[in-house]
Amino acid sequence: MKFGVIVFPGSNRDHDAFYAAAHILGQKAEFIWHDATSVRDSDALILPGGFAYGDYLRCGAIAKFSPIMKAVKKFAADGGLVLGICNGFQILVEAGLLPGALIRNRGLKFICREVLLQPGTTDSPFTNACRKDRTYRVPIAHGEGCYFADERTLDELEAEDRVAFRYVGNPNGSLHDIAGVLSRERNVMGMMPHPEDAIEPLMGSSDGLAVFQSLLAAAVRA
Amino acid sequence: MSAAAITPDLIAQHQLTPDEYQKIVSILGREPSYTELGIFSVMWSEHCSYKSSRLHLKKLPTRGKLVVQGPGENAGIIDIGGGYVIAFKIESHNHPSFIEPFQGAATGVGGILRDIFTMGARPIAVMDSLRFGRIDGSPNAARNRRILGGVVSGIAHYGNCFGVPTVGGECVFESCYDGNPLVNVFALGVCRKEDVFYAKAAGVGNPVIYVGARTGRDGIHGASMASAEFTEESKQKRPNVQVGDPFLEKLLLEACIEAMHTGAVVGIQDMGAAGLTCSTCEMGSRGAVGIEIELDRVPQRETGMTPYEIMLSESQERMLLVAGKGREEEVFAVFRKWGLEAVEIGSVTSDGKLRVKQHGGVVAEIPNRELADEAPLYDRPHTQPARHAPRNAPPLPAPDVQSALPNLLASGDLCSKRYIWEQYDYLVRSSTVAGPGADAAIIRIKETGNSVAISLDGNGRYCYLSPREGAKLAVAESCRNLSTVGAQPVAATNCLNFGNPERPEIMAQLVEAIEGMAEACRFFDTPITGGNVSLYNETLGEGIYPTPVIGIVGLMKTVQPTGIPFRAPGRTVILLGGIGESDERQFGSTQYAKVILNQLWGTPPALDFDREKCVQNAIREIVNAGLAESAHDLSDGGLAIALAESSFGGIGARIDLASDMRADLLLFHEGPSRVLLSTGHADQAQAIAAKHGVEALVVGVTIEKEIEVSQRGRRVGLWEIASLKSAYEQALEAHVR
Repeated sequence: MKFGVIVFPGSNRDHDAFYAAAHILGQKAEFIWHDATSVRDSDALILPGGFAYGDYLRCGAIAKFSPIMKAVKKFAADGGLVLGICNGFQILVEAGLLPGALIRNRGLKFICREVLLQPGTTDSPFTNACRKDRTYRVPIAHGEGCYFADERTLDELEAEDRVAFRYVGNPNGSLHDIAGVLSRERNVMGMMPHPEDAIEPLMGSSDGLAVFQSLLAAAVRA
Repeated sequence: MSAAAITPDLIAQHQLTPDEYQKIVSILGREPSYTELGIFSVMWSEHCSYKSSRLHLKKLPTRGKLVVQGPGENAGIIDIGGGYVIAFKIESHNHPSFIEPFQGAATGVGGILRDIFTMGARPIAVMDSLRFGRIDGSPNAARNRRILGGVVSGIAHYGNCFGVPTVGGECVFESCYDGNPLVNVFALGVCRKEDVFYAKAAGVGNPVIYVGARTGRDGIHGASMASAEFTEESKQKRPNVQVGDPFLEKLLLEACIEAMHTGAVVGIQDMGAAGLTCSTCEMGSRGAVGIEIELDRVPQRETGMTPYEIMLSESQERMLLVAGKGREEEVFAVFRKWGLEAVEIGSVTSDGKLRVKQHGGVVAEIPNRELADEAPLYDRPHTQPARHAPRNAPPLPAPDVQSALPNLLASGDLCSKRYIWEQYDYLVRSSTVAGPGADAAIIRIKETGNSVAISLDGNGRYCYLSPREGAKLAVAESCRNLSTVGAQPVAATNCLNFGNPERPEIMAQLVEAIEGMAEACRFFDTPITGGNVSLYNETLGEGIYPTPVIGIVGLMKTVQPTGIPFRAPGRTVILLGGIGESDERQFGSTQYAKVILNQLWGTPPALDFDREKCVQNAIREIVNAGLAESAHDLSDGGLAIALAESSFGGIGARIDLASDMRADLLLFHEGPSRVLLSTGHADQAQAIAAKHGVEALVVGVTIEKEIEVSQRGRRVGLWEIASLKSAYEQALEAHVR
């Protein structure tokens, strides 16, 4: 399986995602610069964490105009697997690939902390290796991670089983405790927590591996 | 050229003495122009020239078998094996952080990060040593809280966006920092040994290239500002503080590293203090060449800037590099890719001079070496270090250790700093093995299988009572922190924060602290590879405590870390190094004296170098043998605080101390050379201790939920961990709100 890690100016967990894919999973991985127009032969894309374009406007508001985003949208429309983590989630939301918005944390401060996640569904290429009867220890590191959407969208997400992860002990005020959501076709997921920073005992937790193992399993099936 | 006449007033405004001015005239063989006067004034400021401290800094050990680069470059460099090196340094941004806390602290982070990547190393860790005025019970508490909030958000803003983990540090509150907070930022980067770059110009005819942000009028005379005491008017200096753009810095990092890898870059230096002036003349001086630049080509943010303003601007996120002639385009292509401006503004010449032109005419022409390296050097008079604290202890009230422990745990210096460090991204780069809250931060180097451990330490109270002993204790504690996590200390960087060196009693503090630090660094074999001196930390004539801060790095294998918390009940609790010695005089420097008795007297704890080293060797061996389930060094607050912190995982201890010391001294004295550990292999741990000639005193056993302390079988304190922990965890946020 080959992961394409999109690098925007200001991405800073691009190396973390690459390391997870290439060194921990032992899969192929390559960086794709934001002004490329093709995702080449990637089997799955990761939009990594960071501060694309400094996030001086709204997080992800500039990045959605990067040339590569056209190719990302096409890739997603064709059923390709797209994972947006933290800033990547914000970009996917801004680009309209996922519903809702990410606003300032409830406490108005950046929070870096390990949180507990409860899988909302195991019926997705990103969570099929998760178990619903346990929680997952994964860190968050964001200032604008409070998930927000109108009632109808929230109802729809719940009705269609598209909440990928929920916080246990909501750290940032996200509605419905939402930490990650799926697209309607379930091939695009955005999540604020960082599974790529919880993939080895040395990091204090390996629970984030479940997301990558799910992706691998999905790719094998495909 | 500006026609401003050079009057004695103008010279004084530039903080140059008449003698210094005469030296300038003799170097030039003529009167300087206004621009030249400005250039000299920043290069010869205390901040850039170390004119008061240089003489004494020479006493510091700077060589060692792992030292690749010592002081004199943008950062020190140490060989960590496997073909890799680390570059690291600590710097202060005290004065700007008082005037404008958010931007002052943010640009402090930005400045030190550039120092690291200008050497070719990618920054992988930041730590901060912070000192604020008291945030409770002081008339200035509200202002101090605002400064704290601004500084922390500034550090978070810059480091988080740039993508470097802020992995630890220290934060202390003391009235002496009321009008003068200390913001010292440490950064560390890594690269392959052959990829190190130096800030040295070479090759006559080679192009000099300016990259990064445009030059504006911000930060003019920042270096001079940092070289004077504060007065009531200092707030008007707010425009002297620069504004940081971490996103631009991130691009600059990536572009610089990529440009370096093209092989087209000859030398590179960031524009920090004294901006374009400092980068040009220092690169020229190091390479023994001249540099000629044309200011019309310098990218400018504002119109109508004078040569004086352009040369002295401290606009952030700018670098100067020298490329190989004919290879400019390779450099330009990289910067274009990252959307950054890169402009050829001049060239390397053979005459050793910094020649600055504008509109075709020469506006400044100064010999590089004299400007950069021949700044005045002062042997300032020094007498007895300033101190206004009694030598002897006051009558001590009867000890009440039961209530003292929660009070201490909730005090500013000892309480949890989680409120601060949760605002920092300490995990980015997925290499943080031990982050904030640990005895030492541990960052793994993915490329080599080794890790780097870092500890920042300083104790203004100790240093106020004895600058020499206080500095030694800081080095010892830093090394002990590293040893406790299993690392071998190998090198250091220092940040010397002091008051006005023109006062002999302050100069004496500086001299004694440097000498103490030199002695300790020599003993522990941790050469100082660079650092920073921040003087004139005074407001309205009130000096800070002498506050030398030391950052020491250690090396270790990448392994699962031994943490602070006890992990299971029924384990043996050992106090390595024993109960230690103290007396009422030494007790005056402790946190107990500060928090419970609200006083300061006597001397710092006594340090025995040889014993300290033996304890460190023993704990390192015990930890690396996997025999300790938990290990925590004893420092501020003494045994009781170490015991409480070790218990915050929910497992406590029942201990009994065979000592006749007063209970308050026994539990809260800060005698060094001690580590608290828990183990399921007490015999083996004791055998290692014995081998090193160190006492491994079995003091008790781990238990669930409680801490119980007895003295010769008589209980002196019993605490429920949950309530201690909530006092510890909630204190800072309660103070800040």
